[in-house]
Formats: sequence, structure tokens, C-alpha cells
Amino acid sequence: MEKSRPLWDNPLQFVFACISYAVGLGNVWRFPYLCQTYGGGIASVVVSFFLSMYYNVINAWAFWYLFNSFQDPLPWANCPLNSNHTGYDEECAKTSSTQYFWYRKTLNISPSIDENGSIQWEQAVCLILAWLLVYLCILRGTESTGKVVYITASLPYVVLIIYLIRGLTLHGSVNGLIYMFTPKLEQLANPKTWINAATQIFFSLGLGFGSLIAFASYNKPNNNCERHAIIVSLINSSTSIFASIVTFSIYGFKATFNYENCISKVILLLTNAFDLEEGAITADNLNSMKDYLTSVYPNEYAELLPQIKNCSLEAELDTAVQGTGLAFILYSEAIKNMEVPQLYSVLYFIMLLTLGIGSMLGNITAIITPLTDSKFLSTHLPKEAISGIVCFINCIIGLVFTTKAGNYWFNIFNDYAATLSLLLIVLVETIAVCYIYGLRRFEDDLHLMLGHKPNWYWKIMWAFASPVLIISLFIFYLTDYIHTGTLQYQAWDATQGQQVTKDYPSYALAVIGLLVAASTMCIPLGALITFVMKRLKRNVSTLE
Amino acid sequence: MLEILLLAFSLATIAHAELCSPGAQNAIKVRYTWDASEEYLFKAMVAFAMRRYSNKATTQISNVLLCCMTERVSFWFVVTDSSKNVTTVPGSEVEAAIRMNRNRINSAFLLTDHTLEFLKISTTLSPPVESTVPVWLVVFSVVLCLVIAGIFLLIVSGIRQRRKNNNDSAEYGDLEDQCGTQVTTENGIPCDILDLKSGHINGVYTADDERFTPL
Repeated sequence: MEKSRPLWDNPLQFVFACISYAVGLGNVWRFPYLCQTYGGGIASVVVSFFLSMYYNVINAWAFWYLFNSFQDPLPWANCPLNSNHTGYDEECAKTSSTQYFWYRKTLNISPSIDENGSIQWEQAVCLILAWLLVYLCILRGTESTGKVVYITASLPYVVLIIYLIRGLTLHGSVNGLIYMFTPKLEQLANPKTWINAATQIFFSLGLGFGSLIAFASYNKPNNNCERHAIIVSLINSSTSIFASIVTFSIYGFKATFNYENCISKVILLLTNAFDLEEGAITADNLNSMKDYLTSVYPNEYAELLPQIKNCSLEAELDTAVQGTGLAFILYSEAIKNMEVPQLYSVLYFIMLLTLGIGSMLGNITAIITPLTDSKFLSTHLPKEAISGIVCFINCIIGLVFTTKAGNYWFNIFNDYAATLSLLLIVLVETIAVCYIYGLRRFEDDLHLMLGHKPNWYWKIMWAFASPVLIISLFIFYLTDYIHTGTLQYQAWDATQGQQVTKDYPSYALAVIGLLVAASTMCIPLGALITFVMKRLKRNVSTLE
Repeated sequence: MLEILLLAFSLATIAHAELCSPGAQNAIKVRYTWDASEEYLFKAMVAFAMRRYSNKATTQISNVLLCCMTERVSFWFVVTDSSKNVTTVPGSEVEAAIRMNRNRINSAFLLTDHTLEFLKISTTLSPPVESTVPVWLVVFSVVLCLVIAGIFLLIVSGIRQRRKNNNDSAEYGDLEDQCGTQVTTENGIPCDILDLKSGHINGVYTADDERFTPL
């Protein structure tokens, strides 16, 4: 008795699943899919496997911050005191309380990647919880995933709207928005900018991970994939813009707050040093007063000069924090200055969680779909057990990222596990679909499913524009890697309270090479194996 | 609130004529914009602090001397000891007295350690409130229990459903053929999917008595 493949209850679930996966920490699709059987090939599975190993650590961090948001005051609002209560903790005093909370309390980061340190139990239990939650969502396959994605797709939008309203009403948000919308013309001329933009949209769309293919394989065959492709792409891009507006208004608030703090500190310093009347120096006349003081008391002013910081709003706006730091440090810093910070903190980290879980669902589905489809495994083990084993293995490996040096390994995976290999995978997919399978046959397939042939725009995109773009991206990436020589990373120096650049040790470089090679080699290896097996079969059949 | 800065400073020598001067021994600098009444209150508070500290009721308001007031509202002050021939009380004693009663002094002026600054008397920071069980652990346990309960429920219901399916198929074992024919595919699409798309079975072709060819 043949069991029919499980399906999404309605097309909306599929769209939501894609949006949820996409609007994760990023993704949609530009190309239609071909293979319903293997979910994109073994290379995609390998990449998805690497991804799911490290990605859930972000959810663990989100959980940690979420659980810590239920106290007053927020733990990252103030520096802790040092041992004899005479002042603040040394490390915290050198940097800000939010950075201290991230680097010391959350990560407990070691000074370099060599010093491994022990597993941080708080992060480890949060990671286990994150995996349990993922397991809960995929337990029943599309049955449960279909319901979960309603939440993971819509909740972030609700929170984003709340934040938009709150963000735009904050003092100084306008500065951030102006900063966002003023193009820096010299940056536009830099090709690196365009490469980063292209890369971002590429990964934002989550192409090549096999997740979209996996999701789509649960669709009915007459699903209007053309319409869905357009919808999901548009939604993803507009969400990115929407989220940037929110982020930049929060950013502007934080920058303005810090700038005004800096100015008042300088004013206080000058007023105290020269015993001026309260209110003699204001933000407006600061510069003229500085000149006046320099002329009247040159000696004292010269003594004071090292302590006077040059406050600049531009500099505050330019302090862009990279990657995961942005989500945690920047936002927690902005949140602690708002009224009722606990509410905003809880909302924000719940949103991060839903986004992260949505993306994780996509990744895990990409791994599990081929496993459950394979006859060998599905006859021996029920679906729940397969999902459980995959989650368990990933969780154990993920514990590496909760050690003291874990964040450095995390960054390695984040930077190298997916980039080159994905480009290659998608390039191969496009070429396979358009040239090897044949654009004509593909057109006919689509005609069967949709009722009409795709128009010339799609065909030109698939056959020419996309491969060319991907190849150029690929070339740029390679030249960039070659140019920078030895790879370096940012290590946190506790004594200085800031990041320092260090070189990767050789074994880290080996891991990087392995990561990139493992996924890219799968394609030629797979082709080779298939070729060899076909040859063997032919030989066997001719012998008979 | 207006900012007050007080500077505590102790020097070695005592000048009889100029007991209160900037940088004089045991002289403490204070900053505050105020009038004579505030000045009086300040003197009273310092005298109070000295009385509390040394437990002698000898310090009078007249013993506290203020001088060199600037626009910034900062000034110096010394506490004289009338019992000992117009000398100033050692700076360390004054410091200790003020440190002991800092809170009262701050409250009298409705200011804080930051806004009423006695330079050289560093603030003792209050340690944050530490609860016995960290809050995050409580929330974590709640969420963990919910997730585990959810997983358990789903697994159990899945097992139960599978057992029911097995029982059902065991009961209808002899009708397997019929089941088999009904799940044929039409044009590569399983029949039950077509059913969902409002296909219906043509009664002519599935008449029971014509299922098997007659012997």
C-alpha cells in the first residue's frame, strides 16, 4: 500500500514557511526547483548540516537574553561592582556595560582561539532548550511545521511594527534615518559594497540550502510556484527595508543618546575645572566656550586636553558592530535607555527567537527530508526517531560553540561554512536546470504545473543573467580571499576592553579549508560516483 | 538639581589668620549656587555630622567656616575646634564624619552622591540586589518544562495513532486488494489528491460484482 507524501494543508502554509525561513536571518528564491526526489543534492545537505550545527547557538543566546529580561534593572544596564565595592569592575569600566554583559557574562570569552576553556553551563542549557524547541516543531513533519510557521512568520512583523512606532517616537531617531538614507557616494563606487549587497540578498534568499526545495517538495504539483516565487522575493526584500528603518531609528536614538552623554560629560569637566557658573556652557556654545577658555587659560586647558573627548554624532553612527554583535549589543544598549525596558527587551528577543527558529526549521527540514525520503532509513526508523537523532547529533556538536573560545569557532563557521560553497551549489543548480536538463523541458514541466509557459524575463534570468552574476560574485570572493593573505579574526582583549586583530592558528585554517572543501567537493564527487556507477552498470549489462 | 561639588583637601600647615582658604589644611571645597540660607543649612549639616561622629555636643554652627565661593557653587570649608584654641579639626576626621552621614547630608539638599560631590570622599557604591535564585533560571525552567511536555504529548499521540492504524489495517486485511486499487495514480497523481480537487469516482467502473473476472 503506497502512502502518499504529506502535504501542506493549504498553499498559504507553504508561503508562510518560505517567508519564515526567508525572513529569518535570511531567505527566498529566484529560481524554480527541479528535483523533488533528493532535496537539492548531497552538497546542499552538507551545507545545511554545517549551518544547523552553529546556527542554533544564536537562538541559545536569544533565549539567554530573553530569560534575563525579566528583572529590574536589566543586568546589562549597569556595570557590576568590583570586589571591595569601591568602584566598578575593571573590564566593565573600560568598555560599556552592554558589551561587558555580552563578552563576559554571556560568552565568557577567552582572549584567543587557542585557549579553549570549559563549556559554559548557562549557554549549554540554553542550547539544549533551543534544540528541544526545534525538535518539537519538526516532530510531526509538515503537520506540525505547517502550524508553527504561521507564528514564526507573522510574529516578527507584529514586533517590528511595535518597534517602528516606538523607534520613530524616540528622541534622535531622525538622525539615524537621515544617516540611512544619505548615500555615501564614495562607498557606492567601491565594488566591495556591491558584492556585499549581492551576497546579502543571495543569502537572505537562502538559495542553495535545499530548504526551499525541501519545503517545496511538500507542495501539490499544480502549485503556482511562479506566483509564490515573486511573492516571497518581494516580501523578503520589503521586509529587509522595513527592518532597516526600524533598526536605523533605534540606531539613531542610541547614537544621539551617547553623543549627548559625551557632550554633557565634557561640559561638566570644563565647568568644574574652571569653576564656571552652572549653565554657562551649553551644548550650543560648547565650541565657542572651548576657544574662549583656550585663549584665557591656555595652561590649564592644555592640561585638561587629554581628558576632553571629541564628541561626534557621525562617529557614533559609524560604529557599526558586525554580525551577531549588532543584534545583541546594539539593541540591548538602545533598549536599556527606553522607558519600561523589560517590555521592549522581551518583545525584541522573542522576535529574534521566532526569526531564528523559523530559519532553523528550514535548515533542519533540508537535512531530514532526504533522510526520510530514503527507503533505507524510513523502513527501519520512524520519522520522529530520525528527527530526534539529527537534532541530538547537532546539539552535541553545537556544545563546542558554548565553550569559552566558542564564539571564535562560531565566527569561522559563520564566515566560511556557507559562502563559497553556496555560490558554487547554486551555480551548478542553475546550469544543471537550464543547460543539462534543458530549458525547453523545464518550460514544459512548468507548463504542466502552472498552465502556461514562463515568459521571456524568467528565461533570460535563468539562462544568462544569474549564472553570469554568480560567476562574477565567485571570482570577486576568490580574489578577495587571495588578496587578504592570512586570515585574521577579532579577539576580545579583557585588559583593554576592546577587540584586537589576531591571526588564525594553523589548525583553525585547516578547519576553514575543510569546511569550504567539504561542501564544494560534494558536487564533483557526487558526479564522479554517479558516473562510475553508471559505467559499472553498463559494463555489467553488456557482459550479460 | 543643581550640581554641587565639594572638594576635600588636607594640607600640612595651619594658618591661624586664614583658617579657611583654598588648599588650607583640613579645608574642604564645596560647589553649589546658593544663598545665605543654604549656606546656613550646610553649616548645620556639617556640624551635625561632626557631633554624630565624635559623640560630643561641642561643635557649633559657628565652627564651620566657608570661604572662596565661586560662581560654580564650589567652596572650601574647614571645621574649627573651639575647645582647642582655634585649630581645625583633622581632615580625616571630617572625612569620616561626612562619610558616615553622607546619606543624611544628601537628603537634606535633595541631591545625590553625583550632584553633591565631596572631592576626595569617594562614594561607597551600593551593591546590587541579589536574589537567592537567579531570575533567569526560573523562567528557563518554566519554558523547559513546557517544551518537554509538548514533545512528550506529540510523541505519545503519534505512537497511539500508529498503533491504531496498524490495528485497523490488520482488521481489514482481506480487503487489501480493494485498498490497493483505490490508491492507484492517475497521470502520476495519487487518487486521494485528485479527490481533494473535487474529482469523483465514476460508479460504473468500480461496481463490486465486476471486480473479479468470472471464473
